[in-house]
Amino acid sequence: MIPAPFDYHAPQTLEEALALLQNHRDDVKVLSGGQSLLPLLKLRLGAAGHLVDIGRIPGLEYIEQENGVLRIGGRTRESALERSDLIQSRYPLLAETAAVIADPIVRNLATVGGNLAHGDPANDHPATMLALRAQVVATGPGGTRTIPIDDFFTGLFSTALEPDEILTEIRVPAPPERSGGAYVKLERKVGDFATAATAVQVTLGAGGEVERVGIGLTNAGPVPLRAVEAERYLTGKQPTGDVIAEAARLAGEAAMPNADRRGAVEYKRNMSRVLTARALKRAIDRASGRAQEQ
Amino acid sequence: MANHKIKVKVQGAEREAEVESRLLLVHFLRETLGLTGTHIGCDTTHCGACTVLLDGQPVKSCTVLAVQADGREVMTVEGLEQDGKLHPIQEGFWQEHGLQCGFCTPGMMLTGYELLQRNPDPGEMEIREAISGNLCRCTGYVNIIKSVQYAAAKLRPAAE
Amino acid sequence: MEPKTSSKVCGMGHSMKRKEDPRFIRGQGRYVDDVKLPGMVHLDIVRSPFAHARITAIHTEKAMAIPGVMAVITGETLKGFNLHWMPTLMSDTQMVLPTEKVMYQAQEVAAVVATDRYTAADGVDAVEVDYDPLPVVVDPFKALEPGAPVLRTDKEGKTDNLIWHWEVGDRAATEKAFAEADVTVKQDIYIPRIHVASIETCGCVADFNKATGHLTVYMTTQAPHAIRTVFALVAGHVGLSEEKIRIISPDIGGGFGGKVPVYPGYVIAVAASVVLGRPVKWVEDRMENLQADSFARDYHMTAELAATKEGKMTALRIKTLADHGYTDAAANPSKYPAGLFSICTGSYDIPTAFTEMDAAYTNKPPGGVAYRCSFRVTEAAHAIERVTDLLAQELKMDAAELRFKNFIQPEQFPYKSALGWEYDSGNYPAALRMAMERIGYDELRREQAEKRERGELMGIGICSFTEIVGAGPSKDFDILGIKMFDSAEIRVHPTGKAIARFGTKSQGQGHETTYAQIIAEELGIPAEHIQVEEGDTDTAPYGLGTYASRSTPTAGAAAAIAARKIRAKAKKIAAHLLEASEEDLEWEVGKFFVKGAPQKSKTIQEIALAAYTNHPQGMEAGLEAVNYYDPPNLTFPFGSYICVVDIDRGTGEVKVRRFMAIDDCGNIINPMIVEGQIHGGLSMGLAPALYEEITYDESGNISGGSFMDYLVPTAMETPNWETGKTITPSPHHPLGAKGVGESATVGAPPAIANAVVDALAHLGVRHIDIPMTPEKVWNILREKGVAE
Repeated sequence: MIPAPFDYHAPQTLEEALALLQNHRDDVKVLSGGQSLLPLLKLRLGAAGHLVDIGRIPGLEYIEQENGVLRIGGRTRESALERSDLIQSRYPLLAETAAVIADPIVRNLATVGGNLAHGDPANDHPATMLALRAQVVATGPGGTRTIPIDDFFTGLFSTALEPDEILTEIRVPAPPERSGGAYVKLERKVGDFATAATAVQVTLGAGGEVERVGIGLTNAGPVPLRAVEAERYLTGKQPTGDVIAEAARLAGEAAMPNADRRGAVEYKRNMSRVLTARALKRAIDRASGRAQEQ
Repeated sequence: MANHKIKVKVQGAEREAEVESRLLLVHFLRETLGLTGTHIGCDTTHCGACTVLLDGQPVKSCTVLAVQADGREVMTVEGLEQDGKLHPIQEGFWQEHGLQCGFCTPGMMLTGYELLQRNPDPGEMEIREAISGNLCRCTGYVNIIKSVQYAAAKLRPAAE
Repeated sequence: MEPKTSSKVCGMGHSMKRKEDPRFIRGQGRYVDDVKLPGMVHLDIVRSPFAHARITAIHTEKAMAIPGVMAVITGETLKGFNLHWMPTLMSDTQMVLPTEKVMYQAQEVAAVVATDRYTAADGVDAVEVDYDPLPVVVDPFKALEPGAPVLRTDKEGKTDNLIWHWEVGDRAATEKAFAEADVTVKQDIYIPRIHVASIETCGCVADFNKATGHLTVYMTTQAPHAIRTVFALVAGHVGLSEEKIRIISPDIGGGFGGKVPVYPGYVIAVAASVVLGRPVKWVEDRMENLQADSFARDYHMTAELAATKEGKMTALRIKTLADHGYTDAAANPSKYPAGLFSICTGSYDIPTAFTEMDAAYTNKPPGGVAYRCSFRVTEAAHAIERVTDLLAQELKMDAAELRFKNFIQPEQFPYKSALGWEYDSGNYPAALRMAMERIGYDELRREQAEKRERGELMGIGICSFTEIVGAGPSKDFDILGIKMFDSAEIRVHPTGKAIARFGTKSQGQGHETTYAQIIAEELGIPAEHIQVEEGDTDTAPYGLGTYASRSTPTAGAAAAIAARKIRAKAKKIAAHLLEASEEDLEWEVGKFFVKGAPQKSKTIQEIALAAYTNHPQGMEAGLEAVNYYDPPNLTFPFGSYICVVDIDRGTGEVKVRRFMAIDDCGNIINPMIVEGQIHGGLSMGLAPALYEEITYDESGNISGGSFMDYLVPTAMETPNWETGKTITPSPHHPLGAKGVGESATVGAPPAIANAVVDALAHLGVRHIDIPMTPEKVWNILREKGVAE
């Protein structure tokens, strides 16, 4: 449980941090919350000669909504997200997601940016951000750029972030009226990665039909998945029990999980289906104001 | 690999040392500072025996570098007792038989301590949820919950 | 039951706050990893990635080149001292470090000694080992097939992988009973490998003083004296002599049987300290602990029950294949290679029974007796309680009704079981009735019937177990030849306080409190004035340690007997002080008084002072006694547990809605501590029932070797345990007490398993092996067409 030796840097500004990433390219890792990186280093997997700790840089932790956009600083702690009144009231999908990441103590350090930048389909925020149609803001030596979430996850443990970029902000469009979201996660115990999990963000039209819906699947393939077929099927329809069941079935079909101790492929795909149905029901109940909070 | 000079406030007292970059906070506390009340129970950030407060927040000190604590405040189990007086959380664990072998206890108490600062009257499920990052093999958790509730009751009149 | 002593004296029956807690709540416990000695260095271990492989070379140059690395120890190093192999507690042999081949994944291959922990880890990383893989045997059935690769090539003349065959009972009578039975049920039951995973791992600080030849070892051990003797026998030839070996078992962060075996790391650390003349610390990390230290269970059982059509059990038959790993290091009493498995007739009056077992070598870590199994009682109880439910299912009889029909009745005690045990006392019907009443059994069955109509899956499971603890009577019980008595030594000081030392060793069970309460009960000295010590072999009387719930039955009894010896001497001193004859004196807690003249009395404190200042001429001064207690029999705690589960038809998750545990451990010393033991034991029953499992693939690669996949339940997975008790004293124990530490781990898994099967019984499900993971349950729901 002892990491191999490395050099540690604690830059005070973003510019310093970016310069360090450039100087030590190929042998450097960003230390954000450290709750994904340090466990790997302790097992002597994924070594790096240099760690750049962005923990001293001001202005990276915030949760603000303005002009119809929710902006979350890349280094915002999961516990802050979980406890934020704004998130609990207007973005229940995010609150529910944050609440099931790892365990409460890990969440005091784990960051939203880290959860996305790790590129791990087993992490929880990726599916949620897919469902929310979020955008990721990356800051590099050339300035900032905005990456749509659909383009962000490029492969197992790889993202669209360049080696000399830092994820500094996540942007989520503020949901209109008659919107609701839910994250339903099946885990073997608290603290585990998802056996399967589904994130749903839905907006209902005036007649109660599904106007827009985002469905993200966690740990259902080499990259975080959007259940595109299911989304298409649902759009424009009245969310009856049968319709939800069919959408869930399509989501299950889209899942491409690996077999492991959490389950065989068939079990996991069925769980994606079951959890999608549950997340859809809860999100739709919230959107139509019928929700009973547990 | 350069060493770093760090200054960490532990229980309010400034402690200085020169450490390797890779030195884990839990080893800094236990070995450099000799505060062995914080324990190590696993290598995958699951068990929470190493829980301490960093700037008031419970963290798993096995998954924090000592250098990350530079300039910050740490509280370990040794900081609960003040001027020879036990903190109600300590009293609670003693009164309600919230410990058996004692190995998970420092981490449990600090997690409970911080919970009560945020939530002075937690129900059973809230306590279970708050300690879900701290494993115990001996007690089955029932008396740990009672211990935290005992402490909550003891702290409440003082808060009013 | 009202205590007989005041709360000031705090004898039996008081829920005294624990005397050991003040240091723990301050973070001032002293565990092995807290020990820091001048000049201390660190040991870390290189482990094999292969389950079975020849070692062709070990390259140590890179490691030795790291500044701070002092030595790399290999099997060849130890061979020079003839320490590369050593006996196990079962008189088999185990490697300390291999010289030829490794036999399980994560086996110790070499050790690095360095100035600090971090450098030692770097050293381990830098050691390169060349392996030649050999065929791996992980299936114990295949291990016993003719033509299987012979694993123990170190044993001359060994041509197979069978360790031993064991059987007990009447084979022929049992066969006859089965042949003639109206009804029989048969079930294959596999209990997989699990691991105690106490929050503190194993470790030691070995400190050899070259000048004095004295070795001190701080060690996570549940049995310090046995360890000392083993070291003296094993390493006597390198100059270690028993009077110069001191084992100190300090505070231990949970044992549960996992800290009984002698792990190679301890021996290597001792060897390193002897060679270097400095203290050497070895503390394993969690993955090492899970992957290499003593596992528990791994029994493949086929259990059968025969009965009349009215439901009266007539015979039990169990055949087992025990997977022991590469050597027999199961820490059982030597005459009981299968532990106390023959308790498998359980709480039922079964006239005939037969059980046999084969133990096999496989390429896995050794062990087998750990995780609060009470010497294999967990396995036995699981088997009998499962087939009992199967019989109920077969006869379409209520599970409780079938049990009442077959319980050994109170008037049958002491009861001789078909497999040779004499149960001391019990009242099984009372415990089950209480459990049913408290949980509202009839109401629950009605609710279950309603829910079934609606397609909801709810189950109620019962387990009425009988435990067997307190090993044990010297005529039958020894470990490596050392009889399984235990001991107490009590010395009362002039000012009326006392110190008491024991041959047992608490790892959280609260001995510093409970033993004081026993002595307080017997002598009337307040428990707070009685200092209890354990674990230092230089001072504590010889004992066999704490495991298998034996402390109260053995050392607790010794405490009572020793205290009574003191009281007998105290009476003489009192007679002398009161100028009366002993026959005229009566004892009331804490004092002797003259019959008919109660104002003429002497307190135990006054007597204690007199023992040093005014003892009768011709009598030795002082007030102390030792007792080595040889129990006349084992004790038989018991209980009835009822579990209610709800199954999620979408995910297969099992939710334990309620769990009622009624336990009987005879007379209770400290109710609060007993309840705590039950809570903990129930949680260590829930875990194997639903979450925990260690498996190996065909190449011997472990799965479940870290907390990522070895799922220790958190407070969120653990239900709110409901407990209650009945009290049926043991007739032969001086205090009527029985021991309780493992009862709940024995009783909980069958109760949960029975509940889950009960939830699905109407669909034709008869059995599910533990752990009953969501996926396992879901597959059944799917098969039966009821998955969401």
